Amino acid sequence: MGLDKNIIDRWHNSEILLLGGSAGSFKLLFSLVKLFPSNLNKTVIIIMHRKKNFVSEVEKLFAKNSRMFLKEIGDKDEISRNAIYIAPANYHVLIENQDQFSLDVSEAVWYSKPSIDITFESAAEVFKDRCTAILLSGANQDGAMGLLKLRNVGSLTIAQDPADAEMREMPAEAININAADYVLTGSQIFELLKE
Amino acid sequence: MNISSTGLTTEQIAELIDLVKKVHGFDFSDYSKASLKRRLSRIMMIKKLEFYDLKHKLVNVPEFFQDFLEEITVNVTEMFRDPSFYKALNSQVIPYLSTYQHIKIWSAGCSSGEEVYSLAILLEQEGLKNKSFIYGTDVNTVVLKEARLGIYSYRSIKTYSENYVLSGLKGSLTDHFTTLYDAASIHSELKANTLFSVHNLISDKVFNEFQLISCRNVFIYFETQLQEQILELFYKSLCPHGFLCLGSKETIRSDAFKKKFKAVNQKENIYQKIGS
Repeated sequence: MGLDKNIIDRWHNSEILLLGGSAGSFKLLFSLVKLFPSNLNKTVIIIMHRKKNFVSEVEKLFAKNSRMFLKEIGDKDEISRNAIYIAPANYHVLIENQDQFSLDVSEAVWYSKPSIDITFESAAEVFKDRCTAILLSGANQDGAMGLLKLRNVGSLTIAQDPADAEMREMPAEAININAADYVLTGSQIFELLKE
Repeated sequence: MNISSTGLTTEQIAELIDLVKKVHGFDFSDYSKASLKRRLSRIMMIKKLEFYDLKHKLVNVPEFFQDFLEEITVNVTEMFRDPSFYKALNSQVIPYLSTYQHIKIWSAGCSSGEEVYSLAILLEQEGLKNKSFIYGTDVNTVVLKEARLGIYSYRSIKTYSENYVLSGLKGSLTDHFTTLYDAASIHSELKANTLFSVHNLISDKVFNEFQLISCRNVFIYFETQLQEQILELFYKSLCPHGFLCLGSKETIRSDAFKKKFKAVNQKENIYQKIGS
C-alpha cells in the first residue's frame, strides 16, 4: 500500500487507539474490531454516534466478533491494555486519569451524545502523545476539534479520506482545520492497523 | 458550539476547589476531576472569564455563586429518562411498594423535577399516588425553583413524550399537562404530595426514611470514595428491604456495599437493601 515508515512506527509506538465514527462508519469499525489480535497490547476506545433509547446490538455483534476483550464503558471503569471499549449511547466518555473512565450526561455537542470531541480532548489532556486517533465517516463536525487537540499534544492523528467516506463532512472538517497528520482511505487505515 | 478546554492546570483546579470551600462552604474536592475541569472550562467560556476573573467573582460577587453552582452541576434531565428503567420499576418494584401503608420516595439530585413528576405519574396510574410522598432534592436552588413550577418547554415535552410511549404507560404524556403557549404545565394533582428542597449529598445527613431512593446519573460526577460515602447515606435512609435506583451505567462496586444490597435488576441498576 506504500504507507510510509514514519506512520507505521508512530502507530506501533502508541498505546491508545481512539476511533471516532458517525454515519457511514459502522462497516469499517466492524472490520477493525474483527481484525485486532487478542495480544494487540493497546487500549482501543471507540466513540460511535448512535440513537438513545434503543438497546444497541452493536456491543453484542462486536463482542462476538472480537478476539480482544470488549466492553461498553460504565462509570469509573478501569482502562486496561488488550481491551476494546465502546462509548454507551446517551453518555459522554471522559478520561478521568490514566486508569479510569468517567461518564457524563451533560449537553450534547454537535447534537451528539457521546461526543467524539469530548473524549478526544479528554484523552489529549491525560494521554498526551501516546495515542493514535482516527476520525472516520460522519455527517457533522464532531471530532475535528478533538483531533486537533490530540495533534497539538503530539499524538498521531488520521482522518479518513472524505472522498472515500460515505459521509464526508466529519473527516473533511478535520482536514479543513489542519487536525490530521495523515489522510487515508478506509483500506489504508485497515492496512495500517494490521501492521 | 464546541466546548474547548481553556487549559486549566491541575493546580488551578485545586486552587478553585479550595477557594469555593473556604468562601462558600461547598466541597468539590471529591468530584470527578475530568468532569469538573470540563464544567469549569465551560463556565469560563460562557461567561467569558479568565481564571483570575473567575476567582475574583467567586470571592467578591455573592450572587455569582448560584450561577456558578448551576453550571458546575449538570442539570440535563428528562421525564421518563431511560424508559426501560420505568418499565422495570413498574413490573418489579411497584407491586412491592403497593404493600406499604405509606410510600416515601426520595429523588436525590432531582434537578428541574422531571424525575419526580415521572414517578408521580407512574404512581397515579397504579393508584398509589394518594398514599405516596415524593421528596426531590438538589444542591442548586435555581433548578429547584423550576422543579416547583413544573413548567417545561414544548420542545422538551416532545422528547419526554417519546420516552413516555416507550415506558409502556397508558395514554400520552400530554394527558398530564395543561398546554400554555410554548410550554406545558404539569397538572396540580401531580404536584400534590411532592416537596422540593435543598439537600447536599456531600455534607447533609439522613432526613427521613424511604421505601425508594432514586439517584440516577449523579454518581458519575463523584470519585469512587465519595460514591461510597453517599451509598452509606442512602443505606441509612432506606427502610428494611427498601429500593435504591442508580443510573444504568452506575454500579455498586465496593464489596462492602455489594453485601448490603441485592441487585433486583442488574441491567437497570435497581437494588434492594438487605437486612436492617
